[in-house]
Amino acid sequence: MDIIINILSMTVPFSVALLLASIGEMFNQRSGVFNLGCEGVMSMGAFVGMLVPFIAGQNGALSNGWNWLGLLLAALMGAVLGLFFGVIVVTFRAPQGIAGIGLQMFGVGTAGTLFRHFVGGTQSIPGMPNSPLPLLSKIPFIGPVFFSHNMMVYLAFLFVPVAWYILFKTSWGLRVRAVGTHPRAADSMGINVNRTRYEALALGGAMAGLAGAYLSVCQVKMFSDELIAGRGFIAVALVYFGHWHPVKIMLGALLFSFTQTIQYNVQGLGIDLPYEFFVMLPYVVVVVVLAFTSRNQTTSPTSLGKPFNREIRT
Amino acid sequence: MTERNFKVLYKVSIIVLAVLVTLLLSSFILVILGADIMKTFYTIIITPLTRVGHLTEVLVRAVPLCIIALGVAVAYRSGIINIGAEGQMAMGILGFTTVALALGDMSRAVALPLALLSAVICGALWGFVPGILKAKLQVSELLSTVMLNYIAAQFYSFCLRVPLLDPAERLSGAGTPQSARLSQAVEIGRITGRLHYGVFIALVLAVLVYLFMWKTSFGYKMRASGAQSRAARYGGINVSAYVTLAMIISGAFAGLAGGIEIAAVHRRAIEGVTNNYGFSAVVVALFGMLHPFGIIPASFFFALLIYGSTLTPRAVGVPANIVDVMQGLIIIVIVTTQMVLQNSYLEDRLWRRFSAKRQEAV
Repeated sequence: MDIIINILSMTVPFSVALLLASIGEMFNQRSGVFNLGCEGVMSMGAFVGMLVPFIAGQNGALSNGWNWLGLLLAALMGAVLGLFFGVIVVTFRAPQGIAGIGLQMFGVGTAGTLFRHFVGGTQSIPGMPNSPLPLLSKIPFIGPVFFSHNMMVYLAFLFVPVAWYILFKTSWGLRVRAVGTHPRAADSMGINVNRTRYEALALGGAMAGLAGAYLSVCQVKMFSDELIAGRGFIAVALVYFGHWHPVKIMLGALLFSFTQTIQYNVQGLGIDLPYEFFVMLPYVVVVVVLAFTSRNQTTSPTSLGKPFNREIRT
Repeated sequence: MTERNFKVLYKVSIIVLAVLVTLLLSSFILVILGADIMKTFYTIIITPLTRVGHLTEVLVRAVPLCIIALGVAVAYRSGIINIGAEGQMAMGILGFTTVALALGDMSRAVALPLALLSAVICGALWGFVPGILKAKLQVSELLSTVMLNYIAAQFYSFCLRVPLLDPAERLSGAGTPQSARLSQAVEIGRITGRLHYGVFIALVLAVLVYLFMWKTSFGYKMRASGAQSRAARYGGINVSAYVTLAMIISGAFAGLAGGIEIAAVHRRAIEGVTNNYGFSAVVVALFGMLHPFGIIPASFFFALLIYGSTLTPRAVGVPANIVDVMQGLIIIVIVTTQMVLQNSYLEDRLWRRFSAKRQEAV
C-alpha cells in the first residue's frame, strides 16, 4: 500500500511539466501550428527559471518570491520564442516540422551555452518549497497523492478547466479553433488569421517555458543539458493522444508520468530488470500509443501544419 | 538591368541576407556572453584550417556527418524527415561491436565486411521501425524517431554496462562502460593522425547515392513519393513501400557511419561516440541542398564548425554548445530563405516596382 501511495504521490507532481507543455502545444495546434520546438522552449525556460533564484541565492536572497520571478520570466522567455517561431512559420510560412527542429536545437543549444557561462557546473537551488494544503492533505491516501505538493502543482491542475473554458467558451478560443480548422472561412469573417496564430503561439510558448521552469525550479531543483530529456517531444505526442482536449491531455500526462515514476520505485516493486529499461519505458509507451492513435484522427484540427496564404487560391 | 539579371541579383541578395541574419543572431548570443565576436568566429572557422593536425580532425568528423547526411537526404527526398539517425548510429555501433568481438580472431577479409554489414543491418532495422509506422499507421516520424533515439541511447548504455562490458574493467572493478578493445582484424587503417580510409567510403557512397536517386527508377519513384505523394500514388507508385525503403536506407547509412567510427577512430564502443552527429547531419543535408554533391562540402563545413567549437572554450571562453545554437539558427534560416526564394509573387512585385522607378528616372 505504501508503495502505491509513493508511486502515485510522485506521479502527480511529475506530470505537471508534461501537462503545462502539452496544453500549451494544444493551443498551438488548435490554431493550426505544429510547434516541434517545444523541447527547445522548455530548455530555455528551465534555464531562465533556474537562473533567477540561483543568482538571488548567491547574493543571499533566499525568499520564495525569486522562484516565482524565475517562473514568470521563463514564461515570458517562452512567449518570446513562440513569437519568434511565429515569424518563421506564420509570416514566412516555412515548413513547420523542420523549422521546429531548428527551434529545438537553437533552444537547447542556447540554454546549454548560457548555463555554462553564467552558472558553470551543476548547481542545485533550494527551489519551490512544498506547501501541503491544510486539512485536505490529512485525508488518508488522497491527501499525500493530491494535496501535499508545491503551489505550481495545484495551479497547473487548476489550469486544466481554465484551458477548457478558454478554448471552448471564449470568443478568443473560438477564433483559435476557427483559424486551425478553416483559416479561409475565418479570414472571410474578418478574423486576422496570422494575428490569432501569433497569439496562440505566444500562449503556447509561455506555457512551454513555464513547464521547463517547473522542472528546474520545482521538481529537479537544478539545471542540466539532459534535464528536459525529450519531455518536449512527449508533450507534442500527448496532444495527439489527448485528441486536442485539455482533460484527455491531463489523463495522458498522468499516464506518462506514472510510467516515469516506476524507475524510482524499482526496488520497492521488486522487479529484477536493468535500470535502463525503466528509463526507456516512457518512450516505448509513447511509440506504442502513437501507433494506436495516429490513424483516423478525425478530431485533429483540419489545417494543422498548413501555412495560410490569403494571396493564393486553394 | 534586365529582368534576368535582376532575378539573379534577387536570389543572391536573399542568400547573403540569410547568412547575415544567422551571423547576427549568433552574435547576439555571443554579446550576452560578453565574448569577442570576431575572435570567436575566427577560432571556429579559420583556426582549424591553419594546421594539418586540426585539418585531419575536421575530416574525421566530416566522415560520419557526410554518410549520415546522405541517408537523411534520401529520406527527406522521399518525404520523410529522419531525425533518428542518432539512435540508428548507436544501434549500428552495437551491431558492429558485437560481431567484431565475436569474429576478432578471423582474417580481416572476413571479419571487417561482416562487422560492417552487421552495423548496416542494425541501423536499417532501427530505421525500419519509424518507416513502417509512418507508412502503415501514419505515425509522425518526427515524434517516433526522437523517441527511438532515447530508447536506443538507454539500450546502448545498458549494453556497454552489462553484456559488452570490457572483461578487464569488470576485473579491475572500475566499471567504465566500454567494450573490450577490438582486434586488428576489424580495424580500418589510418592515413595520417586519426584521419582514416573511411573518407573514401564516404565519397564513394555520395556518388552511389547520386546514381541511385537520379539514375534509377527506384530513385525516381522515391523522389516522386516525396515530392507529391498523391500524384505518385495516382501514377501507380507504391508510396508507403518506398517511404519505408527510404527509412531503411537512411538507417543503414547511419548504422554504417557508426560502424566506421568504431572501426577507424575509437576501436572500441564507448559512451559519446554518436556525438550529436545524427542531428547535425540533418542540418548538413539541408545545407547541402539534399544533393550528394552539395552534402560533401556541407559536411566539411559543419565538421569545421563542430571541431572549431571545441576550441572556443579555451581560446575565447565560449562554451562548445555554441555550435548547437548556430546549427539551429542555420536550419531556421535555410527553411525561411527557401520560402522567400520560392515566392515568385514577391519577386515579381519587387521587379515591377524597380522597373517602374527606373522608367520614372528616364
